[in-house]
Parts: sequence; C-alpha cells; structure tokens
Amino acid sequence: MTESNPPLKMEVRGLHFYYGSNHALKNINIVIRDRQITALIGPSGCGKSTFLRTLNRLNELIPQTRIEGTIRLDGEDIYQPGTDVVALRQRVGMVFQRPNPFPKSIFENVAFGPRVLGVHTKSKIEEKVEQSLKAAALWPEVSDRLHLNALGLTLGQQQRLCIARVLAVQPEVILMDEPCSALDPLATLKIEELMQELKKKYTIVIVTHNMRQAARTSGWTGFFHLGELLEYATTEDIFTRPQNPQTENYVTGRYG
Amino acid sequence: MAMKEKIIEKILLLTAFSSIFILGLITFFIFKEGLPLILKIGIKAFLLGEKWIPSKGLFGVFPMIVSSFWVTFGALLLGIPLGLACAIFLSELIPPSVGLLLRPAIQLLAAIPSVIYGFWGLIVLVPLIQNHFGGPGLSILAGSLVLGFMILPTIITISEDSLKALPPTYKAGALALGATHWQTIWRVLIPAARSGVVASVILGMGRAIGETMAMIMILGNAVKMPTSFLDSARTLTTNIGIEMGYASGDHRQALFATGVVLFFIIMALNTLAISLSRRRVH
Repeated sequence: MTESNPPLKMEVRGLHFYYGSNHALKNINIVIRDRQITALIGPSGCGKSTFLRTLNRLNELIPQTRIEGTIRLDGEDIYQPGTDVVALRQRVGMVFQRPNPFPKSIFENVAFGPRVLGVHTKSKIEEKVEQSLKAAALWPEVSDRLHLNALGLTLGQQQRLCIARVLAVQPEVILMDEPCSALDPLATLKIEELMQELKKKYTIVIVTHNMRQAARTSGWTGFFHLGELLEYATTEDIFTRPQNPQTENYVTGRYG
Repeated sequence: MAMKEKIIEKILLLTAFSSIFILGLITFFIFKEGLPLILKIGIKAFLLGEKWIPSKGLFGVFPMIVSSFWVTFGALLLGIPLGLACAIFLSELIPPSVGLLLRPAIQLLAAIPSVIYGFWGLIVLVPLIQNHFGGPGLSILAGSLVLGFMILPTIITISEDSLKALPPTYKAGALALGATHWQTIWRVLIPAARSGVVASVILGMGRAIGETMAMIMILGNAVKMPTSFLDSARTLTTNIGIEMGYASGDHRQALFATGVVLFFIIMALNTLAISLSRRRVH
C-alpha cells in the first residue's frame, strides 16, 4: 500500500462494523486521498456500501449496529464522543444509488441545504442555487423551469440535481453510492464527466458495480470481499497488476 | 367443483352489492322524506332561516349549520396539532417497544362509545368550564374539546400511515445533507406526506360533523345562533337526535331535510378527502 502524495483527507484504521451479530466489516484500513476519486468495488453484499455509510455516520440510522475503530477526517476522529454529526454530514455529502430528490421544486431541492444551514437571504439562496446547478452541469437544462417539481426530471437529471443539492452545502468529501446504477449509458457518461470536474475541488469516494466505471474515473481503487478490504492500490495497479488472485478474478470478470 | 365456485362467487357478489344497495336506499329515503319540505318552505328559508319553531311551522337550520361548523372547527383546533404531533412522534421518534404499547391505546380511543365521551364531558368538562369561564358549561367549548379527542385516532392513524409510506430515501437524503432530525421532519417529511395529512384532517372533520350522542349530552341543545365558545348550541345531528322521537308531519320532514343538509356536507368532505389522498406526489 503506497501512502505517498497526494495528502490524506480521511484515514480509516481498524474499522469493524456489526449489524446485530453480523460482522459486516472486518478490520478495514484505508486512506482517502484529498481531491482524488477513490473507487470501491466488489461483489454485492461485500460491505462496500456499508463502509461508505460509515464515512458520514449514516449507518447510525439503522438500529442495533455497532462500530469499532477510528475514522479520521482531517485528523479528527469522527466517531469520538461529542462529534457534531450534523456538521460532519455537511462536510461529507452523499449521493444515493437511486436519485432521491425531495418532492419539491428544482429550486427548493437545491436551496434545502443552504436553508437548513441558516441562509435566509433570498438573493444569497438564488445565487447558491444557480452556482450549484452550474457546477453540477444541470443549469442549462433547468434554468427556465426551476419552479417545476423535481420529480418531473429524467433520472439522469434527477441524479445531477442530487449532486447539485450536495454541492450547495459546500462539502469537502462527496460519497457516491452506485450513483449511475439507475441511469442509462448517456446519463452515466454525463455523471462521469462531472466527477472529473468535481475532483478539482472535492474528494470523491464512489461505490460502483461497474468495473469500467471504476477504471475510467478513479485514481485509487479498493476491492472489498466478504466484509474485508482485500486490496487497495492505484486504479492502474488494481486493474493491470492485481496482487490478490481474488481481485484479479473479479476485475477480469472471472468471479462467480 | 366449478359449480360450487360459481355459487360462492355469486353469493359474494350479492353481499357486496347489497351494502351498496342499502346505502342507496337510505339516501333515497332521506331525500324522499326531506326534499318536499325544503321545496315547500323554500331552500333559502330552510338553509338561512334563523328560527326553528316547529309548532309555528318555522324550520330554519342556519344556527345549526353554524354550530356544526363551529364545534368542528374547535375540535380541529385541538385535534390537528395534537394528532399531528402524535403521528410524528409515533413514526419518527419513539422506540419501537413504546409504539407497540401506544398504537393499540390510540386504536382503543376510537373504540370507546361516544356516549362515554359525552358522559365524561358532562361530568368533568362541563363543571370545569362553568366554574372557570362562566356560562352554562354545556357549551361549544365543551363539545369542541370532546370532539377534539374523538377525532384524534383518525388524524393520528392516517397521518402516521402517510408518513410511514414515504420512501426512506427522503429521510436519508435530508440527513445526509446535514439537516437535523427535526429539520428533516418539518421541511421534508411533513410536506411530502401533506396530502395524507390533509386527508386525515378532512376525515376527522367528517367524523366531528357527524357526531351526535356526545354532542346531545354536552352542547346544551339551545336553538339559537351561537355568539361565543361558551354558548350552548345545537348542531344538525343533535337536532335530529333530540326531536325525531316525537316529531310528525312537517316537523318530521324537516328533520329529514336536516339530514339532507348533513348528507351534502359529509359527501363533500369525503370526496375531498378521497381526491386528496389519491393524488400522488407530483
């Protein structure tokens, strides 16, 4: 595991996670590098989505779960007692598997974040909404219908709206949980292009089932299998020189 | 075997239709008995007339319409905040074990006969109001309070159901954006469940307008235009309930006509509730 530059944004040490008695994550050690795209791959049920949700403590919504180990964000353990979870989730945003815009207007969806942060000036909110929609490459498509219901957009547009919604909170890290699995290839391509753009300002962690997507978009890749992180290296190494035979089977498509 | 199936099907069909048939029969009967009087004295004189003196042939139900809505409005004032708060609490905040205890209790609230509510109102609320606010005690205020409790199960159950029916991704999405739990409930979940919440309120309203027994016991039954929450009043339903026993001729018809008015009010409310709850979130 090479730990050279670029600098670390998040650092996970000895992470275990349990759903009741089910040991879902076993001793995960991984570093997330600043302003890089880190892809997490692995077969269904391997724990990669569970792991993603430990990074913004969204796993806590599920009752009877337990976590051990440390996750540091800029050196601060996000699980230490007294951590402001609301503030953490503003710093570590998340895009979900299925686009989940609120049943509100396009404008209100993006304005939601700034509003809960306490921004109430109309002009400031409008500015933020426009900025975020532009950054999510959605502005030209919706600028003339901001007040229509977001559920009327195509799935691809809805997903970019969800990204815009996250950007409006000005996070530092963006977690993406199979963001393209509900989308068609063209919409997928748009999101991938967008990720390259976002990489310049944000640290991105993406869970994906799509090998080619991981290969195309990410700089670093981790391979999860049965709750363990079997291999973690640069994406190039994972796909061309995997050290672990299971990784090799998986990335070459021989995995059962 | 096929024969047997067919017979069962036919019997089920017959029972299903018989309930609709009976509903139609009741409707027909109410209109047949009530309409002639309305036409005789005129719709305006009936609906907007302020005097109800059967012995003199005066049948104006306007004070009762006003009273019905007033009592209902008062009940909503109590029932909506309390019911919605309870629904939020049940769907979002309580530990599941407490919910197992609380939900049957709320359903029990719906199963208590209305005469018991009336009795409780009469024994507890009426003297309380009389002693603290003056007036006869038998009043719109007492009626509103009792009705407020009676409509709680309707509002709570339907609102909770519509909150629970929301996709969990709304909540996760809002929390992941750094909203607090309360911001999530108030800014995302409630607006998203709005149509169900509104439907629950309208159904509660229908229940409140239709309630008779408890209202006979605690409203005081005065036939006059109410001017304050502390006045005695008579609603459309209590009017029928009190006088039907001894009415005859035009008087009897006038009570059926009162039923016609109720019928239209309830129909309007139910239609509204159904159309609102059917409306998807677009």
